[in-house]
Amino acid sequence: MIPVLLILIPLISGLISFFIKDVKAAKGWALLSSLVTFAISVAGIWIYNQPANLHYDAAWLPALGSRFTIGLDGMGQILCLLNAVAMPIIFVSTYRNMYQNPGAFYALMLLTQAGMMGVFLAYDCLLFYFFWELALIPAYFLCSQWGGEKRIAVTFKFFIYTFVGSLLMLIGILYLYYKTPDESFALKAFYNVVLTGNEQSFMFWLFFIAFAIKMPIFPFHTWQPDTYEQAPTAATMVLSGVMVKMGIFAVLRWLVPVFPAATEQFSQLIIILSIIGMLYASLIAIRQDDIKRLIAYSSIAHIGLMSAAIFAQEKTGLQGVMIQMFNHGINVIGLWIVADAIESKLGTRKFSQLGGLAQKAPVLAILFVVMALANVALPLTNAFVGEFLMFNGLFRYNIWMSAVAGISIILAAVYSLNMIQKIFFGETNALTEQATEARSNVQWMLAILAVVIIVLGVYPQPMLRLTEDTVNTILAAVK
Amino acid sequence: MNNLILLVPLLPFIGFLVNGLFRKSLSKTMTGVIGSGVILAAFAISIYLFLQVRSGGAIPTSVYFDFINIDKLNVQFAFQVDQLSSLFLLIITGIGFLIHLYSTAYMHEEKPEHFARYFAYLNLFVFSMLLLVMGANFVIMFIGWEGVGLCSYLLIGFWFKNTNYNYAAKKAFVMNRIGDLGFLLAIFWIIAKLGTSNYADVFASVKSFTPAELTGITMLLFVGAMGKSAQIPLYTWLPDAMAGPTPVSALIHAATMVTAGIYMIARSNIMYTIAPFTSHFVAIIGLATAIFAATIALKQNDIKKVLAYSTVSQLGYMFLGLGVGAYTGAVFHVMTHAFFKALLFLGAGSVIHAMHHEQDIRNMGGLKKYMPITHITFLLGCLAIAGVPPFSGFFSKDEILVGAYNENPLYYYIGLAGALMTAFYMFRLYALTFLGKFRGTHEQQHHLHESPSAITFPLIVLAILSVFGGLLGIPALFAENAHSLEKWLDPIFAGSHEYTTAHHLEHSTEWMMMGVSTLLIVVIIVFAWRSFSRKERFEENKGFGKVLENKWYVDELYDNIIVKPLNGLAGFFKDVFEKNIVDGAVNGVGRLVQYSSRQVRLLQNGQVGSYILVMVLSLIVIVLLFREQTVIVSALRKIF
Repeated sequence: MIPVLLILIPLISGLISFFIKDVKAAKGWALLSSLVTFAISVAGIWIYNQPANLHYDAAWLPALGSRFTIGLDGMGQILCLLNAVAMPIIFVSTYRNMYQNPGAFYALMLLTQAGMMGVFLAYDCLLFYFFWELALIPAYFLCSQWGGEKRIAVTFKFFIYTFVGSLLMLIGILYLYYKTPDESFALKAFYNVVLTGNEQSFMFWLFFIAFAIKMPIFPFHTWQPDTYEQAPTAATMVLSGVMVKMGIFAVLRWLVPVFPAATEQFSQLIIILSIIGMLYASLIAIRQDDIKRLIAYSSIAHIGLMSAAIFAQEKTGLQGVMIQMFNHGINVIGLWIVADAIESKLGTRKFSQLGGLAQKAPVLAILFVVMALANVALPLTNAFVGEFLMFNGLFRYNIWMSAVAGISIILAAVYSLNMIQKIFFGETNALTEQATEARSNVQWMLAILAVVIIVLGVYPQPMLRLTEDTVNTILAAVK
Repeated sequence: MNNLILLVPLLPFIGFLVNGLFRKSLSKTMTGVIGSGVILAAFAISIYLFLQVRSGGAIPTSVYFDFINIDKLNVQFAFQVDQLSSLFLLIITGIGFLIHLYSTAYMHEEKPEHFARYFAYLNLFVFSMLLLVMGANFVIMFIGWEGVGLCSYLLIGFWFKNTNYNYAAKKAFVMNRIGDLGFLLAIFWIIAKLGTSNYADVFASVKSFTPAELTGITMLLFVGAMGKSAQIPLYTWLPDAMAGPTPVSALIHAATMVTAGIYMIARSNIMYTIAPFTSHFVAIIGLATAIFAATIALKQNDIKKVLAYSTVSQLGYMFLGLGVGAYTGAVFHVMTHAFFKALLFLGAGSVIHAMHHEQDIRNMGGLKKYMPITHITFLLGCLAIAGVPPFSGFFSKDEILVGAYNENPLYYYIGLAGALMTAFYMFRLYALTFLGKFRGTHEQQHHLHESPSAITFPLIVLAILSVFGGLLGIPALFAENAHSLEKWLDPIFAGSHEYTTAHHLEHSTEWMMMGVSTLLIVVIIVFAWRSFSRKERFEENKGFGKVLENKWYVDELYDNIIVKPLNGLAGFFKDVFEKNIVDGAVNGVGRLVQYSSRQVRLLQNGQVGSYILVMVLSLIVIVLLFREQTVIVSALRKIF
């Protein structure tokens, strides 16, 4: 029942939220729903974690051979947990932000959450596709209705981009469906489907482009900085904290094990592309003058490493990807919370207009430094474990590639410290002179994230254990 | 025992948490007591552990929990207290404590909140360094390794309002990170080969590495050491690190941070011994750094800058020692250097404190009569670093130089030239600061005073250590079996001895070398003393002097060949490539779609007749294409 609840609770409470007119009621309702989801997700990992509770199967579209099969494996648990942790933190930290038509705003947020849950849970490809779109469409409305000045053009690009990807994937799904012996969309059937070499390569790219856009991987990334900049921050947090993981998740569940031969064939190309993207995005991040765009490019660089580690097909690297999917979500949400706190207080995101905030907001400064250090993957923060394992995996694939990719950890230090310095250090100016300490809801959420960062950085082993089976399954499918 | 060992790093960490979290409510006295107290307690435990090791040999590895455990890769959170690490524990916590104590007076002008922040960082620094030396595998060492990098960043930029200080802090962190990447790759290499990074396992199976692998790994580890221990080409951050409060400089230069690279190589000595290429490389880099930094120190006028370059130079000697296989000598020099460099920096801090933050030695002079304790202790420090017998620096430096002579006499001569320069710039510094007439303003002169006892007490302790510390390593030349440090460290370096043949110089040669070098050093000291003790006017440097004053323009060089091109490339990516090429292509596709849809739209002319025509034509095409697909045919049959 756990997986069903994970989808149903945000879905139903989201639909109800459309009818809530009162601001406070809408916020309270959304927060309540997200907390319940969080509790269930935790219960699914620590209390009701027997297989019987974690899998559910029912008839859905019998005529098409598609079933409502959902389940939680280790990777699903980690990502559902991320999805469930992210929402309450986002709701509380942006509690003061005002939206027109709040009921609809929170309804769409919850529907997005439901869609992403479905993506992480689906064991049936049509179901997966359905939830993929269910997550995308509310996100599109969130950006286009509540975003910044250039929201229409930017969201349009975002939508077209990801939609083109989705269509390519749909073609691939249908083709595979016809290739399964008993015309089924089941994950198992897809894993066993027999394809010729050419078919594999062709199908591989159909799926890969869809996922590469979502992640995003260079050069499919240009929608992302624009969208992150223009979307309302709460939606940006969802997009970069959780939704980006849909792409990585999908590669691990629906691409690599389904097309092992093509994966082998194209892995080197994709790893090189990913590494170029890491360095390219890191360099651009160094020159950014806008907090949000800097975080966006930094995020592209980090995702590039995950992609490279996936295609290196090595166990420690894959374990690193698993834990890093969670960690990246936590860290990037932390960075957005600070960006939002600064923008809503001072009305600017430009480094050139900021400076000296550490004198005015020392607590915010300390918490931000923790987030930034996690972003540089300093040891004893969560990201170190993930990056250490991913680089280790990449090293076993190819020494030189990991050395070149490793340059990004130097560049990460440059842009992350730039960010700290330009926002918080130095003398105050006329604008930052009026700044005050961040509100307590922001402080508390950042403090919770900081604790998570340190705890997972010191003792990552339980989380690594959780995903070990998934990694073995993926590697078994490839071999 | 495990818990006691854990307490050593845990105590400073608790100090960090308490001072960090309650910095607004704690009084300065409380902060000082907590901050220094935890280090003193850690020192006490370190002494106990040291005695344990002395009586019972290395303590078995203490394992706390699995940090990362995936199949073949098992990284444990484990500590190892043996002869090498227990010695470093004493240096770190002992000197660390004196620096903490000193800081309670030195930083007293700060607001309570910042005072507590300072002590929190200082505690964290000691904690990281302890992790570094106590870890039982390379990963834990790396955790401490990056940790000290972070703490140096926080402390160099402690006065965060000053933008230049922030740049210095960032430079330190980034340069360290370059080295860290090398270290990280070396760890991956070891893990890929052995599946573990535990010292015991790695050193036991060094023979399973091919020579090429071993050279690669040791070179990469050394890249890490270059960054952390400020060797050519990654040394430029250390002199800039002067931006931090002076006791922090003492901590970075003496007790923590820069000695990490020496520790790392001493720890993995067996790998270096059987990788001769790397060892030669280490020796040459060390020697080059020793000389290069010494030339720069000749012309610096900032009291802390002189000391900073002298540290870079002395670290070079230590690497020279490691490179020629004089491992004991290198560790010995770490220890004596920790004594006299902490002393000199704290002495400089005492001077700066008295001079109201004046650091230019051209504006000092004659401080001897105002600050007797600072003066005497500083003089002893100078004698120690210059290598005058029987002060501590003489013994350790001599041991390294003898080792260098055995490897290659040329190393010895170059090393000796560096030692002479050391004597010169140190006594130039001493004479300009303490002798002659006071050259500062009247106001400064009016306020000149000896520092309080929290400052002078550490100076006195360190002076005693600087004077007598050398007696721990009396060479065989003077007395057989009197080198207690060598005996102490023997278990650590025993593995390497198998591969090296012990050279023994003729005693007469050794006496002569020692006599000549001592004589030359004394001559140089007298020369420097006489030339600078009455100096009143300072001409601007010209020609080569100017090059030295400007540090050979290395910062400018790096700026022009690395920083600016990278920045330019980044700018090109951001403003041109990303906008026009990557996004341009995407928008191009978009425009193409728009264009074609505009063309297609012409078909929608609103005339029913033409629609039907198109529909029928399409149906015919479909039927022709898919005539075997019964589904479509039957569907069409149903429609028509």
